[in-house]
Amino acid sequence: MQRDDILQRVRTAIGRSAGQPAAEVPQARLRIPEMTSDERIELLLDNVRKLAGKTARVKSKQQAAEYAASLLAGRQAVASNAPFLAECGVTQLAGVVTGIENREQLREVTERADVGITAADYALADTGSLVMLSSHAEARMISLLPMVHLAILPAERILTGLDELYTLVPDAMERTSSMVLITGPSRTADIEQILVRGVHGPGEIHVVVVE
Amino acid sequence: MGPTGKFVETLADARLQSAIYTATGRLIEGRKKTVAPGVLPDYQELRTQANAIKRHTMENLDHYLLELETNVQRHGGKVVWCNDGGDVADFILRLAKERRAHLVVKSKSMTSEEIDLNERLAKHELEAVETDLGEYILQLAHQKPYHIVAPALHLTRYDVSDVFSERLEIPPETEIDKQTGIARNVLREKFLAADIGISGANFLVAGSGAIVLVTNEGNGRLTTTMPKIHLAVAGIEKVIPREQDLAVFLKLLGRSATGQPLTVYTTMVSGPRRQAEIDGPDEFYLLLLDAGRTKLLADAEKRQSLYCIRCGACLNHCPVYRKIGGHNYPWVYSGPIGQIITPQYHGVTKDPWLPFASSLCGACAEVCPVKIEIPKILLQLRTEVNRAKQQESGTRLERLGFQLWAWVMKHPRLFELGGVIGSTVLSNGDGKEYIRRLPGWMNFGPLKGWISQRDLPAPAAKSFRQLWRERRENNGA
Repeated sequence: MQRDDILQRVRTAIGRSAGQPAAEVPQARLRIPEMTSDERIELLLDNVRKLAGKTARVKSKQQAAEYAASLLAGRQAVASNAPFLAECGVTQLAGVVTGIENREQLREVTERADVGITAADYALADTGSLVMLSSHAEARMISLLPMVHLAILPAERILTGLDELYTLVPDAMERTSSMVLITGPSRTADIEQILVRGVHGPGEIHVVVVE
Repeated sequence: MGPTGKFVETLADARLQSAIYTATGRLIEGRKKTVAPGVLPDYQELRTQANAIKRHTMENLDHYLLELETNVQRHGGKVVWCNDGGDVADFILRLAKERRAHLVVKSKSMTSEEIDLNERLAKHELEAVETDLGEYILQLAHQKPYHIVAPALHLTRYDVSDVFSERLEIPPETEIDKQTGIARNVLREKFLAADIGISGANFLVAGSGAIVLVTNEGNGRLTTTMPKIHLAVAGIEKVIPREQDLAVFLKLLGRSATGQPLTVYTTMVSGPRRQAEIDGPDEFYLLLLDAGRTKLLADAEKRQSLYCIRCGACLNHCPVYRKIGGHNYPWVYSGPIGQIITPQYHGVTKDPWLPFASSLCGACAEVCPVKIEIPKILLQLRTEVNRAKQQESGTRLERLGFQLWAWVMKHPRLFELGGVIGSTVLSNGDGKEYIRRLPGWMNFGPLKGWISQRDLPAPAAKSFRQLWRERRENNGA
């Protein structure tokens, strides 16, 4: 009932009739700058650092696992089911829980964990963002509940920016119920415009790019 | 009816004045740095595109609403059409009862402020906790947002300390990062216990059925991830055609609001969690709200007020907002955007002073990321206010006054005589540069009010006409 009332009011307001096709949509212009892989990596990491994130550029998966091990240093971590993390050997490190399939268990483990370890589906160089699509491989909570978020990704997943993302993946929402762009650690400036990190999400973010 | 706000108190409060000025100043600087031509060369082109996309969407709104509905349903969500805030509250209360839900967590939503959602739910004993830090503080303090983007802009760490210690029954704490930590812990418990999460939406994407949330703290992600039910409440004007359009709007929103190329979390959600996904809600509802929007849509010229993406840039740049702050406006939407939408939602006669509380400097239109012509709409609203007033008898005197004025203006000799009389009456002969008070017999009514806030430059010894005549005579003309 409300549905038809509202649609009727809308149509009366703009002078359209039911079933009338829409006029042609103005195109959003997407521009993708030319950038080498090296430039993409450097720009991404530079932007992450500007947002107070920690970064590393490593030559091998082994080195990525070493970075993770030294960050953990005895702390508890939960790792996502991303195959890339297993390939790096991160999931075998001491103190890392992984392979969780069940929401309630995931919630209990991530709530207690100090560090959440994920890969990333993409990264955006020009804003320093991680792009995460919720899936069996990447649960949402791991990059959200723990105070520290470590993301490890291969260099070829780095895109120049939003325009390339929407050119390459115009239908992300067909693949997932949730896509998030994470740009730096959680922050607020709600009290006196003073910046504080880690208000609800992770206060510390680490991005490791594997070449 | 005149303005009802506490203008004098706000202007006299030096601490508050400095808080507003500093906070808006920081936001202005942030925006300036991120939209500068060297940083974002196609900024103006993006504004033009954003305006064109919004215009197109509004002109074909029924089409996009139906496309949105189809896609939300395709991903397993439900669309609930709501005429007003009552419909929204009724649906939520019914669902909460059916699901035996007792606790709601909310992420920041101006739309829910607009319809007093928390109060409506509280009336039926459903607790809704605000989780954005600023909104949480305001909820504890029983206050309304001061600013679209920075809701607790007017409060200091000492105010927050008082609010926390009184309402949470904890010892006073005045360090800002510790205060933030307190809120994190209290609210984390709420997130883990909540049955329902209510969010707003910055955008609704017709082509994918996704809602888009632009946030910094992470409470938006928690609200849409932890509880088993997620409800999004959004006005029908929030729809945009396709995912790719986000490449335009996301580049503008964060920059215009806080000077961030992207905010920390840009979350797109379409429907409940899918088959193989491990977490996320089991149920998703999109509540589409009219509540007066179709009224605005019907006015082809002022329809553009609905393009607003709530960045708050017009507030930050407004010389009036920067003096009077957010609580002297009659509704939850303050600043220039509030001045143009409030009269359209509530009728121009409710707060007739509102469109006049502007210097028409045009800063708001200059910084608006979707190019809403705010000053033009203010002028149109002024015309509407005056037309409404003319129908009342009280303005006869004013009309007579203007007729007299017009008659004098059309007769140069009379005008000059008036000038001579005026300057004789006003010049107090003491040679002072400014007149600070009027002669007793003139010092009443509007003239008294006017001079009480202003100094009038003393009349020149000779009028322009006199000088002109003398000059021509001296030149032997």
